[in-house]
Amino acid sequence: MTDLPASGIHGHPHRRIDGRAKVLGTATYAFEQDVDAATYLYPLQATIARGRVRRIDTSAAEALDGVVAVLTHLNAPRLADTDDKEYAVCQSDEVAFRGQFIGAVVAETQEVARHAASLVSVEYDEQPHQVVLPDDDKGLDDPDEVNAGYPSDTAQGDVGAALADAERLVDETYSTPMEHNNPMEPHTSVAIWSAGSGDGDASLLLYDSTQGVHSVRRTLAPVLGLKPERIRVVSPYVGGGFGSKGLPHAHNVLVALAAQLTGGRPVKFALTRQQMFTLVGYRTPTIQRIRLAADGDGRLTGICHDVIEQTSRIKEFAEQTATATRMMYAAPNRRTSHRLARLDVPIPSWMRAPGEAPGMAGLEMAMDELAERCSLDPIELRVRNEPDIDPDSGKRWSGRHLVECFRTGAERFGWADRGEPGARRDGDWLVGLGVASSTYPAFTMRGSTAEIAYVDGRYVVRIGASDIGTGTWTTLSQIAAEALGVEVEGVRLELGDTDLPMATVEGGSSGMASWGSTVVAAVDAFRDRHGKDPEEGATARAETPEHADRKKYATHSFGAIFAEAAVHADTGEVRVRRMLGVFDVGRIVNPPTARSQLVGGMIFGLSMALFEHSVMDARTGHVVNHDFAEYHIPVNADIADLDAIWLDHEDTNANSLGAKGIGEIGTVGSPAAVANAVYNASGVRIRDLPITPDKLIAQSGSTKTGSPQSGHM
Amino acid sequence: MGLAWGMTRISVSVDGIAYVDEVEPRMLLVHYLRDRLGKTGTVVGCDTSNCGSCTVHLDGRSVKSCAVLAVQADGHEVITIEGIAKDGELHPMQRAFHESHALQCGYCTPGMIMQSIDLLAANPDPTEADVREGLEGNLCRCTGYHNIVKAVLTAAADAKAAR
Amino acid sequence: MKPFDYQRATTPDGAVALVSDRPGAVYLAGGTNLVDHLRLGIVGPDLLVDVNRLPLDEVGATEDGGLRIGANVRNSDLAAHPAIRRDYPMLAQALLAGASGQIRNAATTAGNLLQRTRCVYFQDVTTPCNKRDPGSGCTAIGGYTRYHAILGASEHCIAVHPSDMAVAMVALDATVAVLGRNGERSIPVEELHRLPGDHPERDTVLEHGDLITAVVLPPPLGAGWRCTYRKVRDRASYAFALVSVAAAIRVEDGRVADSRISLGGVAHKPWRAVKAEDALRGAVVGDESFAAAAGAELAAASPVEGNEFKVPMARRTIVSVLRELAGQSGESR
Repeated sequence: MTDLPASGIHGHPHRRIDGRAKVLGTATYAFEQDVDAATYLYPLQATIARGRVRRIDTSAAEALDGVVAVLTHLNAPRLADTDDKEYAVCQSDEVAFRGQFIGAVVAETQEVARHAASLVSVEYDEQPHQVVLPDDDKGLDDPDEVNAGYPSDTAQGDVGAALADAERLVDETYSTPMEHNNPMEPHTSVAIWSAGSGDGDASLLLYDSTQGVHSVRRTLAPVLGLKPERIRVVSPYVGGGFGSKGLPHAHNVLVALAAQLTGGRPVKFALTRQQMFTLVGYRTPTIQRIRLAADGDGRLTGICHDVIEQTSRIKEFAEQTATATRMMYAAPNRRTSHRLARLDVPIPSWMRAPGEAPGMAGLEMAMDELAERCSLDPIELRVRNEPDIDPDSGKRWSGRHLVECFRTGAERFGWADRGEPGARRDGDWLVGLGVASSTYPAFTMRGSTAEIAYVDGRYVVRIGASDIGTGTWTTLSQIAAEALGVEVEGVRLELGDTDLPMATVEGGSSGMASWGSTVVAAVDAFRDRHGKDPEEGATARAETPEHADRKKYATHSFGAIFAEAAVHADTGEVRVRRMLGVFDVGRIVNPPTARSQLVGGMIFGLSMALFEHSVMDARTGHVVNHDFAEYHIPVNADIADLDAIWLDHEDTNANSLGAKGIGEIGTVGSPAAVANAVYNASGVRIRDLPITPDKLIAQSGSTKTGSPQSGHM
Repeated sequence: MGLAWGMTRISVSVDGIAYVDEVEPRMLLVHYLRDRLGKTGTVVGCDTSNCGSCTVHLDGRSVKSCAVLAVQADGHEVITIEGIAKDGELHPMQRAFHESHALQCGYCTPGMIMQSIDLLAANPDPTEADVREGLEGNLCRCTGYHNIVKAVLTAAADAKAAR
Repeated sequence: MKPFDYQRATTPDGAVALVSDRPGAVYLAGGTNLVDHLRLGIVGPDLLVDVNRLPLDEVGATEDGGLRIGANVRNSDLAAHPAIRRDYPMLAQALLAGASGQIRNAATTAGNLLQRTRCVYFQDVTTPCNKRDPGSGCTAIGGYTRYHAILGASEHCIAVHPSDMAVAMVALDATVAVLGRNGERSIPVEELHRLPGDHPERDTVLEHGDLITAVVLPPPLGAGWRCTYRKVRDRASYAFALVSVAAAIRVEDGRVADSRISLGGVAHKPWRAVKAEDALRGAVVGDESFAAAAGAELAAASPVEGNEFKVPMARRTIVSVLRELAGQSGESR
């Protein structure tokens, strides 16, 4: 193991290596890859939520000049494996959700493809559908486990007795809506199929927008019936992912099928923004009943978190919504559960901090309510319930400095100025402060390999990792340079290609810890074999090293998020004036890119608090507000004084790099911090995210005039 | 594809080069730039003229090239993100974005830069609020908004110092 | 996108003749709304008549001291025009509250007036819509209605008109100059847009082939008037109005001498709040009379399930705006 001095190249700002290409417009995202004789795909989508395609008439589309192929379930090449229904594209007449692919048109231009698609007529046999999450758990499934391998339910002690005996009690229901990842680059795949000369030697080249080229290859190979090495996936630049590009989706299969009908011509397919609201995953809505029992001093005696969430009838996705509640606070009696509604809806997937983001939104709003019921400062409540060890696993913390995050943040943010709800006014605006804890598991994924080669006087670092905007191009180069003892300019990183060694997916905030430690191991192997003065062409490889200590500890990142919200006393409009996140995330490799990740995560959480809501129409089964005019994410003017700082605690118990991951923790505590600030400002508690002006007005009770009632709305 | 329907001849200057092309009237300017001219630096983010990723300059003013037909550019001058650097030297706004870490995934960046140039042309000395409102039509999901504002203010200050 | 033909008009009369003669022809100006609709298949014209080169891009004084705004004047140019900023600041505010810089650079004055509803069902060709496909039904009723009408809607359509600019123009008593087959005529902006009634497919009173050539503003309101445009929306900018209010008042001796109020985001057309104006005339300045005026206007409101909040929101916003204009904002009340 190479020693990593704290004062090395990493830990110091370095301008983005990919920055120049991105400001010049020369970065090649998936659609931007230059291919010869491109054709363009426009999909056909079901317009019913459940049923069968009775008849599909493609003749008018096929007759159009410029149409290369029309694909439906009637003529689609057969897939080798249709067990995973998400990938069983155009293999039958079944429709499992509205918007599902039922075919595609491939044409010489985008205009012709789209026009031809509009000429396909489809008749259906429709069946009754259910697309809205029920708010009681009758008829719901109890999944065997929830995502990331956690048990669905946990129980310790006697929660019922704790609740019955509680001196202070919160028993409320919180809900979070369906939300869509919406990376700026649409999900895009460019497929080139080579039929080969006989059995088994067909091959596929895919320029894809993905968080993991190797994950795409590994997942698609059995579906398409190709050996993994017959598929090459290339993805050097990715215009954001936030989880939805963590695994391939149906569009990858659709374009691979279509590419078998074009005689080897490339097929380009970028989903439209609207199509992304159906086909590439989303965050499940949740309904969370949270019960907190405490004694008169605010010490928790019982925690109970029961979650209802949804999945698609054709594929199970069980979000781990209550798992953070299992480890967050000390309490002798605890229970969590997840119940799953199987609906005729698109398949949910990962979205930045899946599980933790909605679950901690509920828990941390409940903690704010408990603080008020205990007449305690919300920070003090959390300090009183700080667990010495992980209450779920019983393991020691690899590092937990949550209280220090709160203390540091309180000082910087001016937390002491917080008043009673509705007490502070600035002109027409009611102003308040809120706070919440944040946490995220510190994962290190094994299974990556890195290769170091010495070429033309530079060290080439090869690893099939990804940079979805997180800064991997820069930070992995820094880590390699540090380990090699050279300047960053002495390293040339190659990533985003399955021709490069295996790397795990960029997800779970695990990229830097997993790939970084792999690169360091490869450098060690290289130096062991070739020394300080290698010969041209010298190479060495290593896999992700085992970090034996890790299993002894509960490994998590932590943070304290502070927010100042202003609520217009008349109109109910909300603006977040200030936000500060203080994070305990281990070692920081590149401060500017790290700060962007943390701040960006916080804004993602702010957005969850105030804006994002995919509205499912119960009658039709589609998300009606499926564009950026109606599905609101923050615009520039929504962001004011916002900052992220971090404590200086490397966590080498968690992994050899001491870095715990920064991609998601900014998102986790932010919705509750903003919601709690809105409550402190207005005196109105909204437990159903997002907190929009209509809800504040409806709950404020005063609808007679615009005049504030005793300082509140 | 086009026989029953007329093609229209357009003469358009793109990044300083004159092009004469026959296009279908329905062809979007952004598709003309990307699929015909290979200028893929201008990207498509939404298909509904909301996100601003496809922003270019039409006669010196920013427009969303997904909401403009190629025929509307006939006789006009288009500048894209690929036409503002000179001889390998970044445009001051490109440099400011690069140096201020004003990007993450980079997908919104070309449109953001083109709109920022338009903003400073109309208002050379903007406040932070002016920048935040002036970039309202450019969405960023990695939300480097903070550093984007810093970059634009830096570019404005640099231009002022150079005046 | 369906193919279509394209022709450039060189004179206004020529443009009118081209479109009038062909049922499937439409005008193309900035295209910021039309091009979206072409892509989404909401409309399928067979001819686009490009009016961008018509000489309709001047802003000039009228004989009576008002302004004549050419139909092709771009929204950003209009918002920045010195006479607009000085004499009609409410209009400049409304313009800047709409869309985004890029769209305002392309969108024209006439195009802004003629933009179509953003009803999510109107914009989705997979759902029935009486406005897009008369007689097919209204999917919005019983659906997602947060942005829909509370005033003047019908059982066939509850869509709202999305323009901010038009709301201010209605409050300013602007008129449009229209060139049709039978010559020129003038229509108050307030009467340009229709209520949906039995024919929600018709947004305006214009006939096929009619071309708006200008918007004419009467002389400025003048001394003693204060005015503003307030847009209530989910985000700080770049979102359609939940409710918007264009208001001007003149206060004399603690009483409202005169007022102009119009509302956006509440009806199929920019809504002139005549009842509120009547109630305010001579009223003592203060929350009580402001609320009474708002209540008088909104007494006829009939929200549907899901947009009930708009009634109190409109009431509160009217009061808030009037309070600000009366110089009482932020005071303890």
